Order: sequence, then C-alpha cells, then structure tokens
Amino acid sequence: MATYQLNVNGQSRQVNVDPSTPLLWVLREELKMTGTKYGCGISACGACTVHVDGIATRSCVVPVSLVGDRPIVTIEGIGTDAVGRVVQEAWIEKDVVQCGYCQSGQIMSAVALLKATPKPTDMNIEESMGGNLCRCATYVRIREAIKSAAEQMK
Amino acid sequence: MWANHRLLLPVFLLMLVVFVSCIALSTRASIETADKGSAADPKLADGLAAWEQVYSVLTSPRCINCHTATTYPQQGDDRHRHFANVIRGPAGKGVPGLNCVSCHQSENADSTGVPGGSNWHLAPLSMRWQDTNDRPLSSGAVCRALVDRSRNNGLNASGLLKHHEEEPLVLWAWNPGRRPDGTMRTLPPLTHAEFIAATRTWVDAGTPCPRAR
Repeated sequence: MATYQLNVNGQSRQVNVDPSTPLLWVLREELKMTGTKYGCGISACGACTVHVDGIATRSCVVPVSLVGDRPIVTIEGIGTDAVGRVVQEAWIEKDVVQCGYCQSGQIMSAVALLKATPKPTDMNIEESMGGNLCRCATYVRIREAIKSAAEQMK
Repeated sequence: MWANHRLLLPVFLLMLVVFVSCIALSTRASIETADKGSAADPKLADGLAAWEQVYSVLTSPRCINCHTATTYPQQGDDRHRHFANVIRGPAGKGVPGLNCVSCHQSENADSTGVPGGSNWHLAPLSMRWQDTNDRPLSSGAVCRALVDRSRNNGLNASGLLKHHEEEPLVLWAWNPGRRPDGTMRTLPPLTHAEFIAATRTWVDAGTPCPRAR
C-alpha cells in the first residue's frame, strides 16, 4: 500500500491504495465518485474516460502510481469547465442519452475533442469518438450534440 | 585490284568481331572485379552482415509495430491492427480524445498490461518499414530509409548509433513489460548490447546497404 495525494476536480484528495490499482477504482471505490464507469476494463470501450492533465485518459488501465501530480477531471467536475458546460447542455438539448452507461465517457472525450478542435468535421468526430462505444447506438445524436456544442462555442 | 577488294570485307568483319569481343570481355572483367572487390572487402562484408542483424531487430514486432505505413499502429507478435479504433493522427500521437497517451503512460503498466514509455508515439511515415499491406520492407529498402537524412530526421551515421543507444522508445523494446495476461512480451532477437555492437560495425563500415531492392 502507498499513499497518494491526487488533484481531483481541483481538490486535493489523499488515498492509501496498492500502487497498481487502476485510477478508475481509486475514483469509484476510494473516493466514491461513481460517475466514471467501468465498461470493459481493457481500455477498449471508453466508458472510464477522465481527463488527466487535459488529456482524455482511460482510467481503467492507468495505475494510480503513474498519475503523479497531474490534475484529474472527472464527469463530476467537467461542468465547471466552459467547454464542458456547453457539451453537457448540448447533450441535454439533443436528448442524447438512452441507457446512459457510456455517456460520461462520451462527454469527456467530446470535451477533449472540442478543446483541441473547436470546429470539428464529421471525420474529426468519427476519429476522436471512435474509441467510445455505445451499445444503445446513440452515435447519431452524439454527433449532433457535438456539432451543436461547437456552434454554441462560436 | 578487284580481287584485293573482295578480300577487304572479310578482313574488316574479322577485325570488327575481334574488337567487339575485346570490349565485351573487358567490360565483364571490370564488373566482376567490382563485385569481387565488394565481397572481398572484409570491412564492407562485415558491415553488410551487421546490417542484417540490425534489420532483424528493426523488423521484430517490438520495433516495427510502430513503423507502419498505414493510419494505425499494430500490436502483438502477430502484428495485428491496434484495437479500439486507434489511429495515427496528424503527428503520430493519435487524435484528441484518443491519443496514444490516453492509455500509454510514461512507463509500463504491468498490472493492467498496457506498455508505456516516454512520449509514446508512432514513427513518422517517412520512417515506415512496412508497405501498406503491413508487409515488412526488404532489408535494402529499410536500410536506405534509415540512412536517408531527408527521411530520418536528419540523423547522420553517428546520430543513428546514438539513437539506437539512447532513444527511450528504442530502449523500451528490451523492457516491454507484461501482456494483459501477465506473461512477458517477446524481446527482439538480439540483446540491446548485441544490437548496438551490430549497429556500430555497420556504421564503421560506412552504413552499407544491400543492393537488392
């Protein structure tokens, strides 16, 4: 076991866990922040996506020992970000969610896309969101919401 | 007079045949001399042999999986397409939302089976060592790509040696970590020390490349 001081959504949080513990389990089990979801556990579906130092990161495969002092932002904190807020509003406007399980990861990836590419093309959206799976197949509404958010950001 | 003229033509033709034969034999002799000279030059021969050792490492999965000619990296000893729809992106580092570093951290994550190293990324397309059907290029083609400073980020021979000696992602090939099932990833066919020794021999010989394409 080891003690880590993590910066999560702007707050310093201390955890005492095995160094090999994936960040996802630290968030969910230690910090009780269950907005980030466990999907596949092998970084194949994107449900566990959070931001680490601004990079969309698959928290299920990143041991907490490798996070260091990089700031972490989760779905619980993304609404305080200007782009994050716009994306969440677009998600509501377009009624994107069906079952909702993958949507926190979808939103985190969409925010990362829009921060880097404020006017994404269909190709940009397909490439950036291609690693986020949705078994309800809400892909068309996800694309509409990203475009709507991009319009709002102008 | 007329009899003398009738003799002139055969004599001229005979001289022409002798002349052409001499030229041909002379040319062939010079070519054979050059080839024998190449093969007989021990430094050159050693350099070419060392290159083949270097090539065996460069085309091993730990190296060539990130030297693709396509829009995606490969993974595994069978060099299959990287899963999760990962793509190259404009700088070889993926795209926003799906960067290489979205999973690959600064070091191997053995508990989750994800390899890692400093600045994880694909080699640029100018340094592709495969064709677009994911087949490794020939020894000569990879060699020529490696020594072409317009394609290799401006590295001269000593720069190539230093790259093999020190580049973190090159060194990673000998410390590739564990697969998700806990087993160790396969190493390149040479040790890093053997790889450096072979590179040095090749560099000292003038970085010769096999002639075949």
